[in-house]
Amino acid sequence: MNRISALFSKAKEPILNVYTTAGYPHFEDTMTVLTALQEGGVDIIEIGMPYSDPVADGETIQQSNQASLDQGMTVAHLFTQLKDLRQTITVPVLLMGYINPVLQYGVEAFCAKCAAIGIDGLILPDLPMAEYEREYKAIFEAHGLFNIFLITPQTTDERIRHIDSVSNGFIYMVSSASTTGAKTGISSDQETYFERIASMNLQNPRLIGFGISDHSSFMKASKNASGAIIGSAFVKLIGQATDLRAEIVDFVQSIKGKK
Amino acid sequence: MSFQVDEQGYYGNFGGAFIPEMLYPNVEELRSRYLDIIADPVFQAEYDALLKDFVGRPTPLFKAERLSAKYNTKIYLKREDLCHTGAHKVNNTVGQILVAKRLGKNKIVAETGAGQHGVATATVCALMGMECIVYMGAIDIERQAPNVARMRMLGAQVVAAKSGSQTLKDATNEAMRHWINHPVDTHYIIGSVVGPHPYPDMVARFQSIISAEIRTQLQEKEGRDYPDYVIACVGGGSNAAGAFYHFLDEPRTALIAAEAAGKGVNSGHSAATTFLGKSGVLHGSKSLLMQTEDGQVIEPYSISAGLDYPGIGPMHAHLFESGRGKFYGITDEEALVAAVECSQLEGIIPALETAHALAVFEKLQAKPNEIVVVNLSGRGDKDLATYQNRLKLND
Repeated sequence: MNRISALFSKAKEPILNVYTTAGYPHFEDTMTVLTALQEGGVDIIEIGMPYSDPVADGETIQQSNQASLDQGMTVAHLFTQLKDLRQTITVPVLLMGYINPVLQYGVEAFCAKCAAIGIDGLILPDLPMAEYEREYKAIFEAHGLFNIFLITPQTTDERIRHIDSVSNGFIYMVSSASTTGAKTGISSDQETYFERIASMNLQNPRLIGFGISDHSSFMKASKNASGAIIGSAFVKLIGQATDLRAEIVDFVQSIKGKK
Repeated sequence: MSFQVDEQGYYGNFGGAFIPEMLYPNVEELRSRYLDIIADPVFQAEYDALLKDFVGRPTPLFKAERLSAKYNTKIYLKREDLCHTGAHKVNNTVGQILVAKRLGKNKIVAETGAGQHGVATATVCALMGMECIVYMGAIDIERQAPNVARMRMLGAQVVAAKSGSQTLKDATNEAMRHWINHPVDTHYIIGSVVGPHPYPDMVARFQSIISAEIRTQLQEKEGRDYPDYVIACVGGGSNAAGAFYHFLDEPRTALIAAEAAGKGVNSGHSAATTFLGKSGVLHGSKSLLMQTEDGQVIEPYSISAGLDYPGIGPMHAHLFESGRGKFYGITDEEALVAAVECSQLEGIIPALETAHALAVFEKLQAKPNEIVVVNLSGRGDKDLATYQNRLKLND
């Protein structure tokens, strides 16, 4: 069973998914960050593959992408850094990024490499559903990779049903119409949206992302979903950390309310 | 072979709509409605009236006698520089603002490189009483100061894009992010034949008035409704798309595109996408793209802010790949020489972008009885500082 499915089927507490940019804050920090996240008790790790033009991302993640690229990060380097991933990391791991670097690596070769390393799924926000179904689905599935789709407050019920039917693992619920890191906190309008989606009884579980930055917003989001995703707040923290491992462990524990 | 967009939004291997889900509702609404909106006779009447009375169309097709004599062929200039705001860009913004109104939007966001599209957008927003935000690369804000002032005079808010190369590519990223953050009340007026489907097709349709007029005007002047060559410069490629549009399926007309080769195609300072690019995805469509082996977008270079773009519209990528279009790389120096030549032989100071198209005469070797139409896409006022500087006009 894919590690993501196993996690959702046995989880009793809200699931915490943390996004981190590969090769950030320093080129060689990728595995250090992953290990500390797991030590802190994270449930899913999402590794961002840096891209020169990340249109769905706000300033914090853009800057981390650029900093990583400036230090020489590439998809091939990242795969080298992750080659022994499964010797230490047991939690599900997703790769998040934009479609162009994947196309240049070669979709088939990329997926084969992910499978060999032990990656569980992909989040590619600019890969549209129609393209995925036409050209990519068979390749992803052959390598046991889940493709995680996004929905937003503007996504119609009909489209949500369709996304639900082609999703596996979970659905990534974007909490508001925005780029990453644009807003913090959860408003009552957003809670209404969370409740509306919760009442649709989708077959896939949902994680809520965008605007989640602390224990309170994490718990609020988790009321109407299986858990939540934190990105910009974490990237900001590691960008300023003086003791990377300790501060990451502390951050994860405080989000989960274990501290 | 078809050179028009297909049902899936593709031109051959290029096109599509590679957009995050946050933009899907807006782009889908546009995709499902744009053809009906444009076909509506009421829309057509309003669009035609604005092109005539506000933009000043039809623009003349001018026989350039002294250039013709120099190159021993028949050269016509399609005078898009005489459009209101000084370039072809306004053909598209007039069309899109009318579409935006019908979509119930009251705010407009746009990107701009040289500032021509930004000015054209600010102009129609003023005309229609809509709020206007224009993203412009911080470097372009510096090198195109007169256009920044014009946009502000027209009431638009000009925001500096400070990420990446701080030019057109990054202004486009910022405009897309703005749209993601304001999906309900805002329409994004893309200025070129780039972006997710249906933008390349919609913009090409609004610019197609250029070639529609060329046909009628050539019939009057030459007794035939097609030229042997149409030449246009290509950054994203909107003026070229408009100038080529009605000749795409006319085998007797060669379609010639001039790309910015900067300091030389292989100098490392260039924006000649068809020479240096390979298939990739940027700004919502698959096209030819200047990129590293790892798929990171390469920051291009051109003396001309309007051509300083690492991609090219998917329609042009298809014209290139299929061999229907012929592409030339024109260096900064060649463009400057051509700008001086057009100024001094014809009394028309062209935009730096347009100067790249004018530099093709030298390479084309057209025959004496052949007809060459160049799309004179914009006037050179905005580039005077660069001309002064590079041509030492004040020494």
